[in-house]
Amino acid sequence: MIRIFNLTFLVFLFLITKANSLIEIDITRGNLDPLPIAVSPLFQSDISKKNSINELKLENVGSEISSVVENNLKTSGLFNPLSKEAFLQKPDIAHLKPRFEDWALIKAQALITGKVTIENKKLKVEFRLWDILAGREMMALAFTTVPSNWRRVGHIISDKVYERLTGEKGYFDTRIIYVSEEGPKTARVKKLAIMDQDGFNTKYLTLGNELVLTPRFNPTSQMVTYLSYFKNLPRVYLLDIETGTQEVVGDFPGMTFAPRFSPDGKKIIMSFAKEGNSDIYTMDLENRIVERITNHPSIDTSPSYSPDNRFITFNSDRSGYQQIYVMKSDGSNVKRISFGKGLYGTPVWSPRGDLIAFTKLHKGKFYIGVMRTDGSGERLLTENYYQEAPSWSPNGRVLIFYRETKSNDKGEGFSAKLWSIDLTGYNERQVQTETDASDPSWSSLLSN
Amino acid sequence: MNFSKSFRNTFLVILLSLIVSACATKKTTTKVEGQMQGDVYTGTDTVKYLADGVPDRVFFATNESILTTKSRDTLRKQANWLRENSSINVVVEGHADERGTREYNLALGERRANAAKDYLITYGISADRISVISYGKERPVDSGSNPLSWSKNRRSVTVKAN
Repeated sequence: MIRIFNLTFLVFLFLITKANSLIEIDITRGNLDPLPIAVSPLFQSDISKKNSINELKLENVGSEISSVVENNLKTSGLFNPLSKEAFLQKPDIAHLKPRFEDWALIKAQALITGKVTIENKKLKVEFRLWDILAGREMMALAFTTVPSNWRRVGHIISDKVYERLTGEKGYFDTRIIYVSEEGPKTARVKKLAIMDQDGFNTKYLTLGNELVLTPRFNPTSQMVTYLSYFKNLPRVYLLDIETGTQEVVGDFPGMTFAPRFSPDGKKIIMSFAKEGNSDIYTMDLENRIVERITNHPSIDTSPSYSPDNRFITFNSDRSGYQQIYVMKSDGSNVKRISFGKGLYGTPVWSPRGDLIAFTKLHKGKFYIGVMRTDGSGERLLTENYYQEAPSWSPNGRVLIFYRETKSNDKGEGFSAKLWSIDLTGYNERQVQTETDASDPSWSSLLSN
Repeated sequence: MNFSKSFRNTFLVILLSLIVSACATKKTTTKVEGQMQGDVYTGTDTVKYLADGVPDRVFFATNESILTTKSRDTLRKQANWLRENSSINVVVEGHADERGTREYNLALGERRANAAKDYLITYGISADRISVISYGKERPVDSGSNPLSWSKNRRSVTVKAN
């Protein structure tokens, strides 16, 4: 159906200068002083410009790529890309050897330069990251791909820069799968949609004929599991994004919902509701064996594995109200971990393994928060009228979730949007989507 | 399991109604003029009828699936009507309001639909004539964001299936 993930990148040069540089970014704290960085437009020769127009209908793919990079770095909250109008040195010359004094003059601490060529239907990009204060190159990288991949090139450059300066993997060459929403609240039309992390390249994967909810990626981001009301039977489905083939997961005589992949990608964990009771089940995708994990008359739902597959966190009202629990992945050793005031839902284990993100409802307000896996250290990151369903960036530094606004008595004023916030509680921002949106799920890093 | 659960639920309802009657009488009831008791909807704005005098829906308190006296009365009327119309099968749709997480609400809707189904069964309707479906919070009847709207949306609706 949609071929997105089979893009190959040919990296033919990769030099990281490990020399002791002066700049680095601490991402463990709220960053109120983002690093001033100059993103020089990637230089493009005149011949290449013609090819750029022919192949991509873009005047200057070099400056387009640098805009992608600039936007990524800015939205991370860790960088402050400087205005290009202040740049004194031309892109081609800067790429060969920057005049560090010129860049220091405009208070840049880091500089990105580069060069693009489009030849024989190939896009060749090289870029360099410079430490202005130390006056030296920090990294040089070049790669070749098909021209239509130019936005991904920008994301990969962003990831490399982020990784070099923070010491952690980036999250820019990623996608978000979510539910696109349109129409009045009482007759909402919902479709599965997928887009780049920065809101571009939106594709719709279903037509809106049936209600779809809660899509989640598998670890390689090629498969999605979600809930569909196809033929008015709410069931968990499995969708191969590349081929478009989909199938029902398991043969359950009732509603299955709240699906997620295990971190090894081998199982789907979900709730199955029967006779008023929801319990947690897994299905092995290879041998189709179904296992019952919880067996309790309460509602057990929203299961999420720890990254090492050994534990499961889930949501249960067995205490009388919605709370968060952790158990071993065979269902033994069930322990309640949420003890604060209010109701707790949608626990999701961090890809780093040390935290669980959740939704909390207390006194009519909804919060997105995190706690350690034993329930200690609860920290609320954001409060709003309605928000829920956090999903982690692959590096475990950012959460994406959805937020709804209050409607008046006629139902007007309602909206549903995606938002993201750093684990630090800073850098809260709306994520652009073509339509209203909910139930976001963040992919893994597509290139490594 | 059902015994201990219904015992717990009954206890909770008593506790809740104590709390609600203690603090909510002032606020809620004056505001909505007798359309809610506690936070259960008691009005008829959204109600449709399966037949003359047979309401199609019952309403629930927040996060609860307990049938109120009025709900049981409605379901007995439905059961009588189903007995008289033995060729008709029904789907009981369970719904929740918008003030809860999506996945929990799907489970809650299923629990509510089954509470209604079980009551119909105890009044002699065969289980294979009743199917259930939960819509969670996905299909509100009232799109407002206020306690009265939410009370109309916390419901189970009995719909003819054929």
